[in-house]
Amino acid sequence: MKQLKERGMKVVFLLAACTSIMAVALICVFLFTNGFSAIGKIGVLDFLFGGKWKPLNDIYGIFPMILGSIYVTGGAILAGVPIGLLCAVFLAEFCPPALYRIVKPAVDLLAGIPSVVYGFFGLVVIVPIMQNLFGGSGKSMLTASLLLGLMILPTIIGVAESAIRAVPRSYYEGALALGATRERSVFAAVLPAAKSGVLAGVVLGIGRAIGETMAVIMVAGNQAMMPQGLLRGVRTMTANIVLEMGYAVDLHREALIATAVVLFVFILIINLSFSLLKRGEKA
Amino acid sequence: MNQKSVALPRENRKDHPASIKRQTLRQKLAAYRKTPGSLAILILLILSAVITVGALIALIGYILVMGIPHLRPSLFAWEYNSENVSMMPAIINTVIITALSLIIAVPLGIGSAIYLVEYAKRGSKLVSLVRITAETLSGIPSIVYGLFGYLMLVIACGFKYSILSGGLTLAIMILPVIMRTTEEALKSVPDSFREGSFALGAGRLRTVFKIVLPSAVPGILSGIILGMGRVVGETAALMYTAGTVAGVADGLFASGRTLSVHMYLLLSEGLYTDQAYGTAVILLIMVVLLNGVSGLIAKRLAKGLQ
Repeated sequence: MKQLKERGMKVVFLLAACTSIMAVALICVFLFTNGFSAIGKIGVLDFLFGGKWKPLNDIYGIFPMILGSIYVTGGAILAGVPIGLLCAVFLAEFCPPALYRIVKPAVDLLAGIPSVVYGFFGLVVIVPIMQNLFGGSGKSMLTASLLLGLMILPTIIGVAESAIRAVPRSYYEGALALGATRERSVFAAVLPAAKSGVLAGVVLGIGRAIGETMAVIMVAGNQAMMPQGLLRGVRTMTANIVLEMGYAVDLHREALIATAVVLFVFILIINLSFSLLKRGEKA
Repeated sequence: MNQKSVALPRENRKDHPASIKRQTLRQKLAAYRKTPGSLAILILLILSAVITVGALIALIGYILVMGIPHLRPSLFAWEYNSENVSMMPAIINTVIITALSLIIAVPLGIGSAIYLVEYAKRGSKLVSLVRITAETLSGIPSIVYGLFGYLMLVIACGFKYSILSGGLTLAIMILPVIMRTTEEALKSVPDSFREGSFALGAGRLRTVFKIVLPSAVPGILSGIILGMGRVVGETAALMYTAGTVAGVADGLFASGRTLSVHMYLLLSEGLYTDQAYGTAVILLIMVVLLNGVSGLIAKRLAKGLQ
């Protein structure tokens, strides 16, 4: 009896462990079967590289949205990585313990704030500022990039800080002993050693930025056309799905699911490079 | 030189920390004058930390200052209608969906963590597959979860736009969070606990439930609360699974919007910015509280281990 219970519970735990495998399998099956049929009907090239998205005329090209996602993510990286990286260095090497007890929870809290609240903040604070500075509607690629840059800060800081802390102390001490200043020791000896971990943080930030939905919708303007410039509106893949899924039918709906498939493939590639980089850190 | 301390003989160092000669502020400044590049870098470092914390303070401060005056009792009325866009039904829906997704995700997450830590052999193929898939799950954007939930639960399973569809979708979303924190909590239980239990003749199952799990409770709890925070703040995954009906959902198969979906819809309708401010305050307070409690529990855990 006892043997049976032991065996039984082991199987139960095993099954529980398999749920995440099953979940990923189900997500792939449902997205890919529904998405690929639409891509097949529209044509791979027309779908991926078509410059026009006009559901009313049955023209489905998501190239503007792919570009939109890439541009906005690139902007977020430009805005977020320098600040995030410097902040991580500060936290890992220069922050007095008393201050650390305030700054670290603040960074964690930044990660916990819902994206809809970020979007709201962007809408009522950043958009008006942009309006005053540059004119126009204020909803633009630049606004979205800045907001996303803020949103990916905690991700980058968290991963980069632990990568910097993982570098053996002797690197730092060695550089100090050679007469380098504290700053020079950190940037010339410690940071290069933490390179792949820091890069992993940046890649994770890219994943967060490209998948972000609600905040981007509120500040990016969402015009479904080729991005026209930094101060003009863009639509990302995520925004495209949320905005039109509510009323889409038939091929239109399938085209939106196919958009999610493209996004999903992007994310899988990003995840893969993240785990490769992390493996590089351990070696 | 810029050396912070003068090395003392090893035996002295621990006993007399005060004897380490520290640089005074003036000495530091004098040293920095010789290396202006380093000073510039230090200023940049401090500046970036100030920007990070400043952005957080600006965000929370702005929403609290602007939002609290809009918090009227009528916003907490039991009924939602177009004259009074009460958020009470949305709060109730949020609680229901949170409970639902936790009921599903917590046993699964804890069970799989127990398997990974207590049962699986080192380096087994299955374990690495579970790790990779869990990592994949935690990287998937919420809108992709939303579409998956829509395709599988709303359409294929026929659950329609319902609390159940939303809860199940979010359960998958928070599964990796609960799994990872539980795994870490279980790993931090010393092996001597297990060995002691085995030596007294207890089986593996008994050891897990009577010895290992009780000592890992704070870590698991902090993970669960973190998961709750994710659910409360989630919008994109819920719009096309739980739907957007504004009233309290009557039953598992009825649609109902959560607080964050409610807030997004108020904003996109464009008529209710004041009420959106109020909703943002409540949402922010809920999430800050959940994060704070989770952090406190984790800190207590860290102290307990020392």
